[in-house]
Amino acid sequence: MAGGLTYTAVDSTSLSTAEIYGKALVELGRAHKDVVALTADLAKSTKIGDFQKEFPDRFFNVGIAEQNLVGVAAGMAKAGLVPFLSTFSQFASFRAADQLHTDICYQNVNAKVIATHSGTSFGQAGSTHHAICDIAVTRAIPNLTVIVPADGMETYNAVMAAYETPGPFYIRINRGFDRVLYKDGDYGFEVGKAVTVHEGTDITVIACGSCVFQALQAAEFLDKTDGLKVRVLDMHTISPIDRDAILKAVGDTRRIITVEDHNIDGGLGSAVAEVVVESGKGCAFKKLGIPRTFAPIGLHEDIMSIVGIDSNGIIEAVREVMGKDFELDDDWDDEV
Amino acid sequence: MALKKADWLALEKKAHELRRLTLDTTFWAGSGHIGGGMSVLDMLTILYHRYMNIKIEDPNWEDRDRLVLSKGHAGIAYAPVLCDLGWNDKEQLKTFNHTNSKMGMHLDSNKVIGVDASTGSLGHGLSIAVGMALAARVLGKSYKTYCILGDGECDEGSNWEAAMTAAHYKVNNLISFVDRNKCMIDGRTEDVLGLEPFVDKWKSFGFIVKEVDGHNFNELAEAIDFALQNDGAPVMIVANTIKGAGIDFMEDNYVWHYGAIDEEKYEDAKKSLDAYYKKRVERAEREGA
Repeated sequence: MAGGLTYTAVDSTSLSTAEIYGKALVELGRAHKDVVALTADLAKSTKIGDFQKEFPDRFFNVGIAEQNLVGVAAGMAKAGLVPFLSTFSQFASFRAADQLHTDICYQNVNAKVIATHSGTSFGQAGSTHHAICDIAVTRAIPNLTVIVPADGMETYNAVMAAYETPGPFYIRINRGFDRVLYKDGDYGFEVGKAVTVHEGTDITVIACGSCVFQALQAAEFLDKTDGLKVRVLDMHTISPIDRDAILKAVGDTRRIITVEDHNIDGGLGSAVAEVVVESGKGCAFKKLGIPRTFAPIGLHEDIMSIVGIDSNGIIEAVREVMGKDFELDDDWDDEV
Repeated sequence: MALKKADWLALEKKAHELRRLTLDTTFWAGSGHIGGGMSVLDMLTILYHRYMNIKIEDPNWEDRDRLVLSKGHAGIAYAPVLCDLGWNDKEQLKTFNHTNSKMGMHLDSNKVIGVDASTGSLGHGLSIAVGMALAARVLGKSYKTYCILGDGECDEGSNWEAAMTAAHYKVNNLISFVDRNKCMIDGRTEDVLGLEPFVDKWKSFGFIVKEVDGHNFNELAEAIDFALQNDGAPVMIVANTIKGAGIDFMEDNYVWHYGAIDEEKYEDAKKSLDAYYKKRVERAEREGA
């Protein structure tokens, strides 16, 4: 990986996720002259000010104009640069959806969208600034790799991997601080490969973004209190999804819960469900997310609690799914 | 500086050949965006045959001048230009719009050689062109980026976002055109959604504007020569054109934004193009230096 892993757990507790992205971008800028950064009046919010300071000739603020932001980046990529554009997730995925679809993904250019303030992480800003449908939109676009990092360290890994991997990327990160999941960067991050953050054989919780930490907490709690062995997968790459990890979870645990800071429809849960249904295997299944509604205004952690995507919500869901009268099929091998 | 007569006549001959090939392509396809194709064709001709720094033997040469045809539906005129240069097999024009053809209404930059950007969704091209022009600055390259917009397309707000960026960053290695044929699908531009005062709009967005007859190679050449020498604000060439230029029954008629050509219309159109060419040659003979 470019630049090497220079961040520690100390850094990721003292830096917000977007700040870690900002540092990673500077590293990339130092190592690669073809890296340019763009934003639409959100350099401060998306933490790319350091890049602007160090590389003023490779930094472009196009004002509050997200469609233009994405189009300009596409043109730069067509000419051989590697643009990293940063704006809020909602605007990158919806305001500029046509440019993302056509200019970046249809043309299959080497542009990287770093979409910040994702999910309900900008909680108090309300639904105009929550991005709860962006995974649904982006994962449906061909050629686009969609990554939802679980914390700052994973964001660093994802940004570095995005530079090393030709083609369009959409990396969806949170506003503010994420709970630290990975103590160091060397845990085997690979685009398209889920990370098993907790082993288990009774049920699998497949999570992304800030919900991975919550799922891990739930798993540790349930082991102590209920004696349940909960497998937790950090499904950081939503597209292309890690089919093997999902099918293995179906085979090993036959119970799956998905959890995401996103509308319950169209996101991670839907992506996992597609794989499960296509497998033809029986599996108890439950999706956790924002339940087909716009989320309330509030602190991110409060919203996560209200909609049931925090550790308490996950614990409750695990108990519900474990209590389901779900018969094991003795003729597993006969299933299509 | 006025075009030399011989150069002007050579451009007229090439434009006539390309108009015929555009008509043929429309006939082979059964229908197409022929109106806007004919209005933009002289701009495509003069750019590819007089101004653009390209290498026929290396269409992907990294220092080449770029063209973003923002009015991507004019692919039916653009494809003949790119085939005529030898970058794509002319036989492909016979399958234009056919199932599994490499060439459809809106040309795909990953399939058709020489297309610098996949356009078709209107209001995208100027941003892409600004990006290419800014990239030249970052990369220390001297290539120029040309962009051609449709006038109806200028209803899209994203163009004005791009215009502000071009002006703010003084993107003067970008030379833009609007094909001002005053027609769009549902009617005349001023009836559907008024664009006037159009030249003033571009001026107020920070462009130097040159207004020309988009079917007069001498006027186009003078405006492009100016833009190439300019080191100030970005230049917008508002080219007043005629939808369907050269085919009498289509001219200035918005109904011919997209139309079908049968055998009878095809024969009539060929005759009309020949007469149009004759008149344009007479003008070049008369006005050329």
